[in-house]
Amino acid sequence: MKYIDEYRDGQAARALAASITRTVTRPWTIMEVCGGQTHSIVKYGIDRLLPPEIELVHGPGCPVCVTSLETIDRANAIASRPDVIFCSFGDMLRVPGSRGDLLQLKSQGSDVRVVYSPLDAVDLAAARPDRKVVFFAIGFETTAPPNAMAVWMAKKRKLSNFSALVSHVLVPPMMNAMLGAPDNLVQGFLGPGHVCTVMGESEYRPIVDRFHVPIVITGFEPIDLLEGVLRTVEQLESGRADVENAYARAVRPEGNPRSRQLLNDVFEVCDRKWRGVGMIPQSGFRLRPEYRDHDAEQIFKVDDIETHESSICISGQILKGQKKPHHCPAFGKQCTPQTPLGATMVSSEGACAAYHAYGRHLEAVATVDGAQAPLMSTAT
Amino acid sequence: MAVDDSRAVLPLGACPVPQSRYEHILLGHGSGGQLTAELIGKLFVPGFGGDVLGALEDAATLSLSSGNGVHGPRLAFTTDSFVVRPLFFPGGDIGRLAVHGTVNDLAVAGARPLFLSSAFILEEGLPLDDLRRIVASMRAACAEAGVTLVTGDTKVVDRGKGDGVFITTSGVGLVPEGRSLSIHSARPGDRILVSGTLGDHGIAVMSVREGLEFETVLESDTAPLNGLARTILETCSETRCMRDPTRGGLSSAVNELASASGVGVELEETAIPLRAEVRAACEMLGLDPLYVANEGKLIAVVPPEHADRVLGAMRSHPLGRDSALIGDVVAEHPGMVILRSRVGGRRVVTLLAGEQLPRIC
Repeated sequence: MKYIDEYRDGQAARALAASITRTVTRPWTIMEVCGGQTHSIVKYGIDRLLPPEIELVHGPGCPVCVTSLETIDRANAIASRPDVIFCSFGDMLRVPGSRGDLLQLKSQGSDVRVVYSPLDAVDLAAARPDRKVVFFAIGFETTAPPNAMAVWMAKKRKLSNFSALVSHVLVPPMMNAMLGAPDNLVQGFLGPGHVCTVMGESEYRPIVDRFHVPIVITGFEPIDLLEGVLRTVEQLESGRADVENAYARAVRPEGNPRSRQLLNDVFEVCDRKWRGVGMIPQSGFRLRPEYRDHDAEQIFKVDDIETHESSICISGQILKGQKKPHHCPAFGKQCTPQTPLGATMVSSEGACAAYHAYGRHLEAVATVDGAQAPLMSTAT
Repeated sequence: MAVDDSRAVLPLGACPVPQSRYEHILLGHGSGGQLTAELIGKLFVPGFGGDVLGALEDAATLSLSSGNGVHGPRLAFTTDSFVVRPLFFPGGDIGRLAVHGTVNDLAVAGARPLFLSSAFILEEGLPLDDLRRIVASMRAACAEAGVTLVTGDTKVVDRGKGDGVFITTSGVGLVPEGRSLSIHSARPGDRILVSGTLGDHGIAVMSVREGLEFETVLESDTAPLNGLARTILETCSETRCMRDPTRGGLSSAVNELASASGVGVELEETAIPLRAEVRAACEMLGLDPLYVANEGKLIAVVPPEHADRVLGAMRSHPLGRDSALIGDVVAEHPGMVILRSRVGGRRVVTLLAGEQLPRIC
């Protein structure tokens, strides 16, 4: 596939890995912000191509994982109503609330549907005036524009039976919060490529200036990721801290101004609670008051939710890059993708789920003559 | 949601079937992945008992002689249900699928498929024209596969209680004397072959069901594999095992093989054949083609000295033109499947946790 295969070339990957090895002189801790990047790193074994001095830690960039337990419980409460058709992106269906998930509600008769576009939910509302259609609008700045478009479109079409349960989260405030914490370990970031296609580069400059950390906007293919690591290491080794765009084929410096305008028209910034992390000021989007008639939180009174989070799960430390999934005592035992205890196991984008899907918890038993199996192929 | 192990402790006199961690059946229980394996392994197998069922082969093979003799041909027997939506999709329909699915389960067991039964559960309101099309399609598929449909049953359920048509087909065939294929027979050193591109059926059906439009029309690969299976067995009578990687895709088939034979499996990512359209659709939807269903492909496990010859024979068959050697059976990491990635890393290929769900971004 054009624009894909070139970025998965084994020879090019090994050459980049060799460049990183030649460049690095001391240990560095680099965080990939996006869950999609985590997924690719584990899927392709990218971290195993890197020299031991480079520690990649996995950030809180999975929108499914960080959606607060209260929001999941509200979604479940709304979806369980007989007058509601609840529409969601697929990977939200397995996210456990305090008492089960949307898939279980579906199995018990609730009308829960997977949609591929929020506009499909708007069309469904037009086709089913007898039902209240609710769309679960979650995600980072990447998914916010189409979700904003859906609400804007529903208002324009006067679809009073369409509403959105909005719980968008924003990357820069999260990075600020993380870097400002006394226990921060992160020395450089692979910036979120898809988010920057919408928002551009400018939001990251104040972070670089304030904390003197390199941020290299990075894509999702193996070559993108290795290129991002190389450029981050080059900055770290030379003592520089700048915003660099290593994903220029998708990200323009100004992002997508029309999308940003739409976000501004429909949403306003608010404080937002992140699952596993806690409340981060000014880190979310909610609907503006003029869209109140399409705001599911206003329409369905689901404020009196009592949540119950697992006490074993260490997803908060994993989301901040302080621990790796296999450091958790419950990982692969009580906590699996089928029985997730916390944020990072609930979506395929989550660090724990990626580690589990690609068998990192099983590799300890993969031995050759009693020794750990080699994790890098010597095949060329 | 933690696993409550205490619930596995049964009161005296209770049925010895451990309860699932779920109180209800989820769609994931039919995905062919981990939940399906748990349902079969923890509920059905202990619930019904019996060594033949417990072997978990694609088809049961039963001795026709009295006593403990294993001489002479054996009977292969299998059953399969079909609940596909939409009923008609590019490259096939539920009727063709119902014939091919059962024929293929017999074929990969090394049997010559002979006779089928077909049970229809029809929903009130189904247009008779649709049923006529399905029946005509099944008849043509039977003729193509060289099998005869000899018995059947019909039930009708209230409108809203079915998806138009559910079909269950059962089939019998004969396994010649001396032939013994089993998922338990793979040995270190064996090579793993696949008869063509993966994921075609699952993506074709999904694209129609979900209203996803691609530049080219993706077609299901549904096809009867008894001819191709015969070609393989005529080329290599020492073939250890064949599987048709339907629900759960290649991943489920090779994981079952690794687990049943107590061996490791190593797959080479770059060797796995995929249509560009399927790759693109999977990229777009965030799905892994290793888990997507096939209905006209088989994997064959053969001793290493026969691999090239078998691959050549497969490629000479119309249904095996895109056959490829995709991996090896190894002594290391028994029960585990490892994929060598295209950039030189390695990862474990696990069973699918539940339904594959499209990713948000």
